[in-house]
Amino acid sequence: MTALGLVRAVGIRLAAAVAVLFGAATVAFAALQLVPGNPVAVLLGPATTAPPAVREQIRVDFGFNRPVVTQYLIYLGHLARGDLGQSYQLQRPVSSLIGSQLGSTAQLALAAIGLAVVIAVMSAVATAGRPRLTAIASTWELVAVSTPSFWLGIVLLTFFSFRWRIFPVAGSQSFSSLVLPALTLALPIAGVLAQVLREGLEAALDQPFVVTARARGLSRTAVRLRHALRHAAVSLVTLAGWLTGTLLGGAVLVEVVFARPGIGALTLQAVSNKDMPVVIGVVLLSAGVFVVLSTLVDLAYLAIDPRLRKG
Amino acid sequence: MVPRPANQEALTFPAEPLLVVDGLDVTFAADPRSVPAVRDVSFRLDRGRCLALVGESGSGKSVTARTLVGLTGGRSTVTARRLAFAGEDLTAFTEPRWRTLRGRRIGLVLQDALVSLDPLRTVGAEIAETLRTHRVVPRAGLEARTLSLLTEVGVPEPEQRARQYPHQLSGGLRQRALIASAIAAGPDLVLADEPTTALDVTVQAQVLDLLRRRKQDGAALLLISHDLAVVGGLADDIAVMYAGRIVEEGPAAQVLGDPRHPYTRALLDAVPVTHAKGARLAPAAVRHPAPTPSGCPYAGRCPRSDLRCRDQLPERVVIPTRPDVAAAEPGVADGRPTVGTGHAALCWYPTVDAPAVLDAVDDRPASGAGPGVGRPVTAAALLEVDGISKRFRSPDGTSRAAVRDVSLRLHPGETLGIVGESGSGKTTVARIVLGLLEPDGGTVRFAGRPWGGSGVREPDRRGRRRHIQAIYQDPLGSFDPRYRVERIIGEAAATAGVTRAGRGARVAELLEQVGLSADLMGRRPLELSGGQRQRVAIARALAPGPDLIVCDEPVSALDVSVQAQILDLLAGLQSELGVALLFISHDLGVIHHVSDRIVVMKDGAVVETGEVAQVFAHPAAGYTRELLAAVPRPVGGRTAPPDRGASTRVVVTTPPAP
Repeated sequence: MTALGLVRAVGIRLAAAVAVLFGAATVAFAALQLVPGNPVAVLLGPATTAPPAVREQIRVDFGFNRPVVTQYLIYLGHLARGDLGQSYQLQRPVSSLIGSQLGSTAQLALAAIGLAVVIAVMSAVATAGRPRLTAIASTWELVAVSTPSFWLGIVLLTFFSFRWRIFPVAGSQSFSSLVLPALTLALPIAGVLAQVLREGLEAALDQPFVVTARARGLSRTAVRLRHALRHAAVSLVTLAGWLTGTLLGGAVLVEVVFARPGIGALTLQAVSNKDMPVVIGVVLLSAGVFVVLSTLVDLAYLAIDPRLRKG
Repeated sequence: MVPRPANQEALTFPAEPLLVVDGLDVTFAADPRSVPAVRDVSFRLDRGRCLALVGESGSGKSVTARTLVGLTGGRSTVTARRLAFAGEDLTAFTEPRWRTLRGRRIGLVLQDALVSLDPLRTVGAEIAETLRTHRVVPRAGLEARTLSLLTEVGVPEPEQRARQYPHQLSGGLRQRALIASAIAAGPDLVLADEPTTALDVTVQAQVLDLLRRRKQDGAALLLISHDLAVVGGLADDIAVMYAGRIVEEGPAAQVLGDPRHPYTRALLDAVPVTHAKGARLAPAAVRHPAPTPSGCPYAGRCPRSDLRCRDQLPERVVIPTRPDVAAAEPGVADGRPTVGTGHAALCWYPTVDAPAVLDAVDDRPASGAGPGVGRPVTAAALLEVDGISKRFRSPDGTSRAAVRDVSLRLHPGETLGIVGESGSGKTTVARIVLGLLEPDGGTVRFAGRPWGGSGVREPDRRGRRRHIQAIYQDPLGSFDPRYRVERIIGEAAATAGVTRAGRGARVAELLEQVGLSADLMGRRPLELSGGQRQRVAIARALAPGPDLIVCDEPVSALDVSVQAQILDLLAGLQSELGVALLFISHDLGVIHHVSDRIVVMKDGAVVETGEVAQVFAHPAAGYTRELLAAVPRPVGGRTAPPDRGASTRVVVTTPPAP
């Protein structure tokens, strides 16, 4: 690829990313306008007895008295400068709120997806093209996919934390506190990934190059790991990328069950309190995460399959 | 690595050749009828020799090759009286022992390197994998050895090629790379399963040459092909397989020069290059009842078969050597035939020869002298292509001329052949003629009116589209897999104004025209054989009553014998219906057989055009001469037998009373 082509490709990507974020911001703003209730009341909280003059002052301070279009443009202007606004409830900048929670969520999401990929690869590579083993493996995968994660979390807590006291019940301070929530998220994902990966592996194992590879003296396992796995990886990467996006947007249920701080817990709090700047911040974060992940997935395609590289 | 006891055992059997196959049976349990895929196959092969296994798809030739590397699959059962390689009993092999043999001592080359090499890995990595697996060279020497192997198989610029992926190489280069990966560890036996199928004729010649060099270097070569012409120049011995059995075997010159089994004869007759237009390639369709399980498997298709053939498997008959054909082959003269005991056929009536085979040029009505043959070209041209050109933009931004200033004329009822190698622009011309692609410059006129080029509007053209139809190489890809045959053809018939009520009868009529039973109407494309699919495609093309059918490589994916039937069918339909054909192929033999006039294309331009006989007999362009020189022909006197010429042969046997 020429340097000019690279610049063009990157430029197109960036423009698309800006368009996605702009769209997400606009939808979020529109939703904010449609939510019933007075933002001033939300700001002041349920138990307030503020006089009308104070209320009017807040309206002016936050710009609620201006026309919607003006509010929208001001909002976009703030966003362009990276200013996500202030939380109504906590009176702190939304960006610092999200920043303080993001680390814990990212840790959990990446641990979960990493664990899920490892489990899926082991399950699929060991069983692809072997009908009896596949029957056993698909059974656990189906059970894992169908189990509600909060229930799985509670079961894991019951045994590993309360009964055997191997892992802590809650918190996010130590590595051992990460194990159970990561496993809770990983098992259902691993089930889906393993099914998709096995299908991809079986398709790859039917290809003529597999016969060629085995005719070179490669063992069955070597053919799976060195040849077929890479062919199956395309669908694995697609799905894993998408799942990582949903996890980074916040694994609400699991964070609540394990009492972990994180984007999910923050979102839950913000939604139940109608703390709209925070909700919008989380929406934009999710959109941004998906833009970044889909770029990474596309780059991964190029790394996996040379036929997709142009030029 | 498992120590090789080969040397000790070789002392015990001093006279045993490298490979001994005796009474091999392979059955697939998944097959509900459980008919063995390979039945009682026996042959021997020694170093420096080449044995060709020839037969149509499903004849068991590939299964036989896979058996020799233990890759028939988990659901197969392999039994043999003896299956030995270098004195080792292969039937007792476990998977770890097979692995020491595969790649190291027996190499396997499959067809179509685009899918037989891992498309996600560089060809260098694929070649190095063989070396690494068997620790042929130390890790540090891997790259140097890979490059020297690429050089050895004639790949230019090996450093650059080794870093490229299969899809970035031309068909010939990647087939060479595939061969390099198979021979990297210097195997004693090379199994080549259709190594040249789907390759252009000049590339095919180069690949065959490469295999010949391996043989000369002392490797044993088991060559598998559906095409007798391909193996003729390379094989020392030939075994013809049908329905899992070897039906005829012997030294190559004997089998090709004095074929005794009717199936071998059918295969030889199917080679189109040796027959002029008008001659039938396939024997007249024989519809005998199916043989009983204990009968001769070929009895259902055999013109000679009788009740005995149906009920009893023939005994192996040794054919005495015909001195006139034997002399041509030094491999036979030294008295060491390697297939069984010499020339033999599995047939009750193997001696039925010349007296029963009469020259009869005009006996069969199916093709004969079609309206295109020798007819003075006075009528107005049906298709006029004038100076068309087409450029395509490459992904890297540069543009490439696919077609440059091509002009051609096609008259009603005539066949114009376009021949060229892949990338010569012939398919682009076809797409422009079909009105699926607009030329950048030049014009196309059809039946006297503008058809393609600037100023032609689609609404004007749409109503006339039914007059030009197409047949493609892969009919499966051009059918909706969920439709039944009735609907596939019926939809095409509807464009010619056939009413819904009359459609069933019309479809049945079309099916009969292409030699299919109306019973097939309810089938879906996947339930048809390759030949049946192509017949359905032809029926669909005929349904709107076209004046011109564009045939783009219509027989390239078919076995020789099926190809022969399809070519005969097209010739017959043309003489019956007077439809013009624009016939595109990379196969000169096919082009020679079907065309009245031909156009030779190279790099998007026409290099030569003329009457087919003229171009083949006196090629003017150097490129045409190059192409013609590369065409494989069966060796052994059958190419143009002086007593028979290129005429049609009819077998007039009176089967003996049962």
